Amino acid sequence: MEITPDSTIQARFQVIWPGFTLDVDLELPGRGVTALFGHSGSGKTTLLRCLAGLEQHGQGVLRFKGDIWQDNGRGIFRPTHQRPLGYVFQEASLFPHLSVRKNLDYGRKRVNSGHKVSLDHAVELLGIGHLLNRTPDRLSGGERQRVAIARALATSPELLLMDEPLAALDLKRKTEILPYLERLHDELKIPVCYVSHLPDEVARLADYVVLLAEGRVVAAGGLRETLARLDLPTAFTEDAGVVIEAVVAEHDERYHLTRLDFPGGSIFVAQRRETIGYKLRFRVHARDVSLALTRAEGTSIVNLLPATVTEIADADTPAHVLVRLNADGTPLIARITRRSLDHLNVVLGKSLWAQIKAVALLT
Amino acid sequence: MLSDVDLAAVWLTLKLATITTMILLIVGTPIAWWLARTGSKWKGVIGAVVALPLVLPPTVLGFYLLIALGPHGPVGQLTQFLGWGVLPFTFAGLVVASVFYSMPFVVQPLQQAFEAIGSRPLEVAATLRASPWDAFFTVVLPLAKPGFITAAILGFAHTVGEFGVVLMIGGNIPEKTRVVSVQIYDHVEALEYAEAHLLAGGMLLFSFFVLLALYSRKGAHTWK
Repeated sequence: MEITPDSTIQARFQVIWPGFTLDVDLELPGRGVTALFGHSGSGKTTLLRCLAGLEQHGQGVLRFKGDIWQDNGRGIFRPTHQRPLGYVFQEASLFPHLSVRKNLDYGRKRVNSGHKVSLDHAVELLGIGHLLNRTPDRLSGGERQRVAIARALATSPELLLMDEPLAALDLKRKTEILPYLERLHDELKIPVCYVSHLPDEVARLADYVVLLAEGRVVAAGGLRETLARLDLPTAFTEDAGVVIEAVVAEHDERYHLTRLDFPGGSIFVAQRRETIGYKLRFRVHARDVSLALTRAEGTSIVNLLPATVTEIADADTPAHVLVRLNADGTPLIARITRRSLDHLNVVLGKSLWAQIKAVALLT
Repeated sequence: MLSDVDLAAVWLTLKLATITTMILLIVGTPIAWWLARTGSKWKGVIGAVVALPLVLPPTVLGFYLLIALGPHGPVGQLTQFLGWGVLPFTFAGLVVASVFYSMPFVVQPLQQAFEAIGSRPLEVAATLRASPWDAFFTVVLPLAKPGFITAAILGFAHTVGEFGVVLMIGGNIPEKTRVVSVQIYDHVEALEYAEAHLLAGGMLLFSFFVLLALYSRKGAHTWK
């Protein structure tokens, strides 16, 4: 075992297939949730499989917190079953010949190191205590996926890999599982790589984002900075927006509103049930932000924030531009027409007011 | 009732089919596994060789086996060198011939079962720390159980039902190579229709109930 002081995951992979090449060189954080984000065919699942050692054609180097898991140049390849990871597939893939309990035991009893994640904890975390004696064919899709996640956790992985664990589920099942994933995010101390093609899912769960397109890394970085970048391909900017983490600060009983505070300002949203001090994330789509030169009077828009222009870029149509703003530390993106850009004389450094028409709460 | 000679033939047939089926399950599993999983260009060749007994007249297979196993054939030379003598017209020779002749009936259901399982369960097992061998015994074997049952039934029943290859390789030696199908032939030749009826009827019922059991089995686990 090679000792290096780093605590990150360094991954350099090349997979060459007819008509598709994955070529990435990444350094991922050693904790928190990293979203591998991109459209289908962007290579995100292939990258995840490379991390797991499941992709036979994957050439490259993988160093997990100093341990070398793979280095083809030096003939090193640690097979999947010798890597301390957990993997959740898109379909739950429970063993149909085993009960839920035996599915959970399958990986756990093959791990000889001390159990950092106890079975009871995994069962409790995913809320599957009442399912233990059932067979997989007696579970709903959402229940199966929760068991699959618990099964992966029960091996006390040092790295959790999840391949769109919600993709095969309908909206109802999704909303059933998301709270459990958020608990994982809050309670687990291990790094999680989470493949997704849904911006809202990424915004809700991730701390770090790797944007993939056609087998290459388009952008990688912290969630807020990356989603607020303007220089990304059109495919991503048509759904451009920012994610803001806020705290519930006040309930306005009279108007049934809740004030959310975040660095650089606050906004009002329709009343929430969360208690004061509760942290939540919301997403502001660029199309829901308009600009005004002065603080507008006589408008129905409640949420107005002073901001400075930091960047201007082309949008998905020639008629529009994306304007990146700094609202006292919090980035915002506004999608406005090129005509307005000229009429309002929006230039770099200009101070103006961002009017937020709507926010999407992610919790 | 059955005469002692008939009973001996029945006993010998069951012994032959049991031994052949056991050997085939052991030999056929790795072949079927390889055929199900390989991307090799030899897959088609090996698959075709395994399937040959399905289409060849038993006499062709028997003829070549006779030559290969005979005193001047390569296998015959080897068996003589090892001090085992030559295999034709012995029970061991019959077993060897039956293994080849019934091979596709065992390999093909196993191959289908392995292909139906696919690679996902193995990948899942690997992410749960199971080595490939471990995964084979704890995941593939249980999931392929219906395939193994089908393979065993078909291999056994087909060996019981063989005639041409037995005659070519085994001849007609009482208690050594005279199996039921040959015994029936003898009875018919000797115009002993009553005895022939007894054995032939027995074979008919046996085969029917074996196939009935096979085809009325419930579907097993589906992989989700």
